[in-house]
Amino acid sequence: MTDTELVWRLAGGSGDGMDSTGQAFEKALMRMGLNVFSHRHYPSRIRGGHTYFEVRAGGDQVRSRGDGYNFLLALGDSFARNPQEDQPAYYGEEDVKPLSENLDDLREGGVIVYDEGMLEEDDLATAGVDLEERAEENDWHVYPLDLRGIAREHGREIMRNTAGVGATAALIGMDTEPVKELMSDRMSGDILDANLTVLEEAYDQVLEMDQTHSVQVPGGSHEADQVLMSGSQAVAYGALDAGCRFIAGYPMTPWTDVFTIMSQNLPAFGGIAEQVEDEIAAASLAIGASHAGVKAMSGSSGGGYALMSEPLGLAEMTETPLVLIEAMRAGPSTGMPTKPEQGDLEHVLYTSQGDSNRVVFAPGTVEECYEQTRDAFHIAYDYQIPVTVIIDQKLSGEITNIEEDLFDREPDPSLGSVLTEEEIADAPHHESGIFDRFQHDPGTDNGVSPRSIPGQKGGRFLATGNEHTPQGHIEEDPDNRVFQMDRRMRKLDAIRGELDEFSPPHQTAYGPDEAEHGILTWGSQQGTVEEAIDRLNDDGHSVKALGVSDLMPYPETEVTEFLESVEECLVVEMNASAQFRGLTQKELGQFGEKLSSLLKYNGNPFEPAEIVEGFEIQVNGGGEAPSAQTRIEPAVGD
Amino acid sequence: MSKSAFSAIGEEAELDRDEFTPGIEPQATWCPGCGDFGVLKALKQAAPELGLTPDEMLLVTGIGCSGKLNSYFDSYGYHSIHGRSLPIARAAKLANPGLSVIAAGGDGDGYGIGGNHFMHTARENHDMTYIVFNNEIFGLTKGQTSPTSPKGHKSKTQPQGSAKDPIRPLSLALTSGASYIARTAAVNPRQAGNILAEAIEHDGFAHIDFLTQCPTWNKDAKQYVPYVDVQDSDDYDFDVNDRGEAAEMMQETEDVLHEGTVLTGRFYVEEDRRSYQQEKIDQGQMPEEPLAERYFDDSAEWERTADELIARHR
Repeated sequence: MTDTELVWRLAGGSGDGMDSTGQAFEKALMRMGLNVFSHRHYPSRIRGGHTYFEVRAGGDQVRSRGDGYNFLLALGDSFARNPQEDQPAYYGEEDVKPLSENLDDLREGGVIVYDEGMLEEDDLATAGVDLEERAEENDWHVYPLDLRGIAREHGREIMRNTAGVGATAALIGMDTEPVKELMSDRMSGDILDANLTVLEEAYDQVLEMDQTHSVQVPGGSHEADQVLMSGSQAVAYGALDAGCRFIAGYPMTPWTDVFTIMSQNLPAFGGIAEQVEDEIAAASLAIGASHAGVKAMSGSSGGGYALMSEPLGLAEMTETPLVLIEAMRAGPSTGMPTKPEQGDLEHVLYTSQGDSNRVVFAPGTVEECYEQTRDAFHIAYDYQIPVTVIIDQKLSGEITNIEEDLFDREPDPSLGSVLTEEEIADAPHHESGIFDRFQHDPGTDNGVSPRSIPGQKGGRFLATGNEHTPQGHIEEDPDNRVFQMDRRMRKLDAIRGELDEFSPPHQTAYGPDEAEHGILTWGSQQGTVEEAIDRLNDDGHSVKALGVSDLMPYPETEVTEFLESVEECLVVEMNASAQFRGLTQKELGQFGEKLSSLLKYNGNPFEPAEIVEGFEIQVNGGGEAPSAQTRIEPAVGD
Repeated sequence: MSKSAFSAIGEEAELDRDEFTPGIEPQATWCPGCGDFGVLKALKQAAPELGLTPDEMLLVTGIGCSGKLNSYFDSYGYHSIHGRSLPIARAAKLANPGLSVIAAGGDGDGYGIGGNHFMHTARENHDMTYIVFNNEIFGLTKGQTSPTSPKGHKSKTQPQGSAKDPIRPLSLALTSGASYIARTAAVNPRQAGNILAEAIEHDGFAHIDFLTQCPTWNKDAKQYVPYVDVQDSDDYDFDVNDRGEAAEMMQETEDVLHEGTVLTGRFYVEEDRRSYQQEKIDQGQMPEEPLAERYFDDSAEWERTADELIARHR
């Protein structure tokens, strides 16, 4: 790996402001014209515990986290240290973890800055780390600095993060102006002055040191204006721009991010946010609001989404538009709350009794989070069907730069297939005056019956989870049953037809058209797979990728064409039972002998090198075990 | 604001009770003698009395015999799933506060599977009415012990008799935060109609525990006669606006029900507490104009993230 890129890892204690410092630094790099991508690692713990925030920055497009990294800023963990110095730390010997835990991923020639005001050589020895020896073996360049001391002397102890950023800037030849600008945006008065002094002091001290390393900040420039954004933010902004003005939810990691952003912004957007007693209520409130004529959403992570199962089925049966978000984390059960996984695919596709009658999108990038959430509302309200957008802890927390222009669009507040009172007056009614809510099919064959909204004159009908007549009255007559089932199921065909016309399509093709081999993936792994594709082709392989977002209705034509065009295909996904490969075989009824799987479920997302390794093993006939914590599942017959 | 997209709301009308009978299923199919007829009758009395029309009412029901209510009452209806009428109903009210929203379900639906929603909807004091058909039994599934069945109640699922004390619906509503709490009985249609009208008029969460005898599956139970109206009787003297006195009266009412004394009437009325929607509007958490209207208003300006939020990401 060349050092045309900077991969900066800020490591410290959970609760010590790693996220805000990391994001500010990432934004400074973006403002300097670089492309950036960040990755968060944190434990399920309120305070204390080793955490890091990693920023990858380069002049070229950055689609993924890197393989390892080349600059470590190891701060102390203030919660690992007992304030009573003679007492042991709260969580065992964790105070050296910001340094000791991160060494394995540091590339050759990498830089280490650690806060010797917080971490001492003795502590390292206690933890069994011989830093000097390992630095020599790996050509690491180590710069111990008393960041805590600098912060204390020129400001307050808490400003040691700022000191660390100043030291980083001095070591990588980075202009501190963008950092200072960001500080001025966020702070003022004495606090700002002290932070600026701490920054400059650390910067100056480092400049006086002997520097032996070669890692530097790369150059870059943007043609268009950029904004820094996470997947969760993009989902929430997509919802707001789609005219969503109602959310109901219950906290659960990592769904809470989307719920929080919506709750913070909805009042100013003239909307309503409701935190309610449980997820059954949350989904039911969204149904109630949607039924009453408002664009509404809810969501959760796997456990809470399980509770939404019955309301989801009710939305299908009553044809109430509904958008849900499922932010996956590692399962089963409570699983690993802060770790990403793609294990809920089958759960989202099939939960709730009866035949599934829903739409499921899994965006692959931050941009797609915005686009496909907008699309989710459009489809849900046009077709009166629940749409779930699946993201995961990886995508929700990843922050990257995207073009600002993406957001410069007209809002879409349309309620879709809804009638006005004038239209209701002309629409068919039962002789008793009740509106034929579930039959009226104005010349289209898409199965959609435009609806009325409570309060509209002449529009009354009954919505029910029972099978029902056109007026919504409970009915078990076989002819009516088949008519209504067929009409509802027909909507999925119509939606597939519309999605197939989308430009750009929801499915993202990457790599040379004529490639011999394929990698198929879904959702959040898309960027990492694309980076692996670049490396494999650079290394002489012939391979392309398809990142699938439409899970239901399945993009049969696009995937079939892709699979027909390659000799064999590796399906990359973050779960243990190859759920997406199973779905693909079920939907297409063929290709079993072409599809092998590369699986990962250890709580960390794929790194590009792990995909490269898995692909190379498969291309060479398989059989070999990966060195990474991944698993290869051979194709049928292999 | 252009003209309302929901012209049924607030429309002046003098309707006859029969105009709330749907043409599709005019004849209810509850068992002969069922208390559920009493709820339907009371609703058909209260709605025209208040000048309501079918198109401005949203009746949300759960699952059970009670869930058939909106098959026999002509209005916008939402026959939902077991226990979930309240969250659907309260969101519809927030989306369009002009609607007259009523939720209804049985004692299993409201005090059992939906108990959490009951507690929280009462706590939040949504401006709506909740009718619980309390027959102390699961009727539609043919006679199992319910949350309000008396201790010792025997059924196919409790062959040795229930070891559980019944839930205290009125006390639960009071501690949860309901601002209007009453009990009435199907056998007392005049009182039921009046209480229902008061409850719909009440600006906040109104809970009616409606005793609905089940002659089919709960033959052993009292048919709730004779009943006593606590407001009309000289034997009971308490201040319906006083939380403490109401609590004591409720406790007694719940205790004596299974001894054969059926106490009915208004048990707690709190007039000055603001409804949830009003709280939210006052705190700037909800628009003053009904949110649903905005989607039909062609001249409405819609906020964009590009204008409001993107700058902070630069």
